[in-house]
Amino acid sequence: MGEKQVVNDLQWKVGGEAGMGILNAGMMFAKIAMRGGLWSIAHAIYPSLIRGGHNHLDVRISKEKIFAHRKEIDVLVALNRQTFDLHKDKLSSGSGVIFDNDEYKITEKELPRKDINLIHIPLLKISNENGGRIMRNTVAIGATVGLVDYDITLFNDILRQTFGRKGEKVVDDNIKAAKAGYDYAKKNYGGGFKYKLKRASPKKRILISGHEAVALGAVKAGAKFIAAYPMTPASSILMSLAKWGKEYGIVVKQTEDELAAMNMTVGANFAGARALTATSGGGFSLMVEAFGLAAMTETPLVVVESQRPGPATGMATQSGQGDVHFVLNAAPDDFPRIVIAPGDIQECYQGAINAFNLAEKYQLPVIILTDKYLGESYWTVDEFGNEKVKIERGKLLADAEAGKQKGYLRYKLTADGISPRAIPGQKNCMHTASSYEHNEAGHEDEGEDVRTSMAEKRFKKFEVAKKEFREPELLGEKNADITVIGWGSTKNGILEAMKMLKKDKIKVNYLQIKNISPLPEKTIIDVLNKAKKTVLVENNQSGQLGYIIRAATGLSIKHKLLKYDGRPFFPHEIYDGIKKILKE
Amino acid sequence: MEDIGTGQIPTWCPGCGDYVILASLKEALIELKLDLSNTVLVSGIGCGSKTPHFIKSYGFEGLHGRIMPVATGIKLANHKLTVIGVGGDGDGYGIGGNHFIHTARRNLDITYVLQNNEVYGLTKGQYSPTSPKGFISPTTPEGSIDEPVNPVTTAITAGATFVARSHSMDINLTKEMIKQAILHKGFSVVDVLQLCPTYNKMVTAQLFKDNLYKLGADYDPSKKVKAFEKGLEMKPMPIGVIYREEGKLTYEDQLPQIAEKPLVKHKIGEVDVSSIVNRYR
Repeated sequence: MGEKQVVNDLQWKVGGEAGMGILNAGMMFAKIAMRGGLWSIAHAIYPSLIRGGHNHLDVRISKEKIFAHRKEIDVLVALNRQTFDLHKDKLSSGSGVIFDNDEYKITEKELPRKDINLIHIPLLKISNENGGRIMRNTVAIGATVGLVDYDITLFNDILRQTFGRKGEKVVDDNIKAAKAGYDYAKKNYGGGFKYKLKRASPKKRILISGHEAVALGAVKAGAKFIAAYPMTPASSILMSLAKWGKEYGIVVKQTEDELAAMNMTVGANFAGARALTATSGGGFSLMVEAFGLAAMTETPLVVVESQRPGPATGMATQSGQGDVHFVLNAAPDDFPRIVIAPGDIQECYQGAINAFNLAEKYQLPVIILTDKYLGESYWTVDEFGNEKVKIERGKLLADAEAGKQKGYLRYKLTADGISPRAIPGQKNCMHTASSYEHNEAGHEDEGEDVRTSMAEKRFKKFEVAKKEFREPELLGEKNADITVIGWGSTKNGILEAMKMLKKDKIKVNYLQIKNISPLPEKTIIDVLNKAKKTVLVENNQSGQLGYIIRAATGLSIKHKLLKYDGRPFFPHEIYDGIKKILKE
Repeated sequence: MEDIGTGQIPTWCPGCGDYVILASLKEALIELKLDLSNTVLVSGIGCGSKTPHFIKSYGFEGLHGRIMPVATGIKLANHKLTVIGVGGDGDGYGIGGNHFIHTARRNLDITYVLQNNEVYGLTKGQYSPTSPKGFISPTTPEGSIDEPVNPVTTAITAGATFVARSHSMDINLTKEMIKQAILHKGFSVVDVLQLCPTYNKMVTAQLFKDNLYKLGADYDPSKKVKAFEKGLEMKPMPIGVIYREEGKLTYEDQLPQIAEKPLVKHKIGEVDVSSIVNRYR
């Protein structure tokens, strides 16, 4: 202890068995940081089980905006011995391990380096003195706050908010337990510890996950119905909307299976409500036929596909980006679909709003492609949600307009391929939507001309829709030594790696593909043709976006950084990879 | 009869029970004076699932087996609509069997008319979930060894609050059952035994005459166990209202979100989400 202090740049990890309440505890710590005007992000890693196993959650805190975690851990709260064993090699210089000496021992000899501090906190003893074992996590966070010399009153506020519903006694016990942990750590280890947190001026910010941002966007966009079947990692969308449904007048239906979920969503959209479903790749497999149904009946549809590694059950609680080909090709035959791929919180929120507008304007299915890492991790962002949002319902007829129709044709061939859309309940527009090929009236028709014109109609709408999409911007240096191409959640690791490369005076820029369909071909061609070196960063095995780009443009991206172990990229992996490519 | 047709001509085989069921359904809609712009017929895939194309209401001819989830989505989006499912035995009791059970237990105010000819027609004569054991078909040349589904007991057990059986040689009874099913507040099932002169030679008008009997005025359909027992009767088989449970809350009744007006009538846009955003501060 006693070396130069590092203020407001901390990587903290808490780990223990599933069922120890680690995720909640970690979230509280991330929130304490945010409330103190700092930027924090939180990422949990947990196995697909309810008790036992190893759960851990990382919180990174900084005075500047951060996108991803770094590898080195500065404070490790090891609620069990396994946590120490699994993560000790990542402990940074001057770091600390908070653990309960009464529960298990760690000897100095076991430390991978000499400058790690063992912070003995009698977690169990203190929690038993202040309301019971259940307080252990509260004590551990209190101890962290004491160790890094942060403001305990911020924690008290969070405890009041978190446990307020459970009554005064629970709140008081928690506050006492937190204080006891804080005092113990501060008294015994506080002064000389290298890593410190200091309050900054508070800003209007929120700490929210990607899927909560998608759900919030759906509420903002006027979604009125969700039908879904629980599947990690997409359940967080269903559960968020279930929590908010009553207040916001949204009907939330957990269905008997994914087939029902997708068909109900199509039914609700057909009847005129903005409706969505959310699932992961396995669930989407079951929805695929009805996904085609939406396309065929030209029913607006929004579906969130949150990727996890597969095939089959794969790794339920891990992350990946292996479903590009799948969502682009789901359901038989040729038909266009829009695929939006948000890379951060703001894009999740805005993506959801856009998805509903696009689905209704173009009467086609829209996929929001997320993943476990983006969907279930938390980032601090400047507050949003109170801005005005444009609701575009395209050619949906108003009741009065519908009432005036004569000889209404639901699938009328028009210049832009989009037909006026009537919904049940409207006069004079009765029609049947059919999963069969159909004529302008909607009746089954297998005539050659009908088939050709209807297939062309479905594509024509998409050509018009393409104009809605802005070309992506190239972020970073204009004249870069290397250009990174990526999509979705890799954005976070890439942006963080770019900061590291900048420190090394390496010129790098980054093209984020925010919509995979339509693909921004013009910009891609332009960027690839001008780039000195190119590298594709994807969380899948075969470089799926690279394949799509080559198919669409004829251009290859020479270098590839592909990770498919079920974990998101750490910034240093991208940093190291780019350094290596530049040396070639 | 008032014309509520679309001008589309059915392509069913001569003698197909679907004609009778279509006529019964049309008459039921006319006699109930339903506003057809406020009525949605939802079907799946199969001969009978073409029905919505022949009636000038709203219609949705979806996928094989998915009538009930589409109907549920429509009903929850706008519960002021009259929603009627129409489809065959393969669609409803086979590939859609899971949805049949779960929709029944939710007790949405939806009517489901099942055209039960005990065979697959559109795919050319394979045995169906309701084909009797021993049924000879292209996929069971030695006779099927599956026990058939019992639609009536399955519906009662699953939680349907109105279960009736009729047959395609009796247009009046079929119409009457459909009318009562639509008027019933809750999930109602009308299993209509029907002829398929092309692929099911075992089910004939004579069989209907010999093996079906009408439930009399002395039968009380409100007793669930008794109704279940009636549903088990095979030789002879009862027709009419077999089970009726009045007064049970529908699924829609229990949703505060739509107590005031249907979802489709909610104003969208300018949603104040601050109470959500506050949670993340």
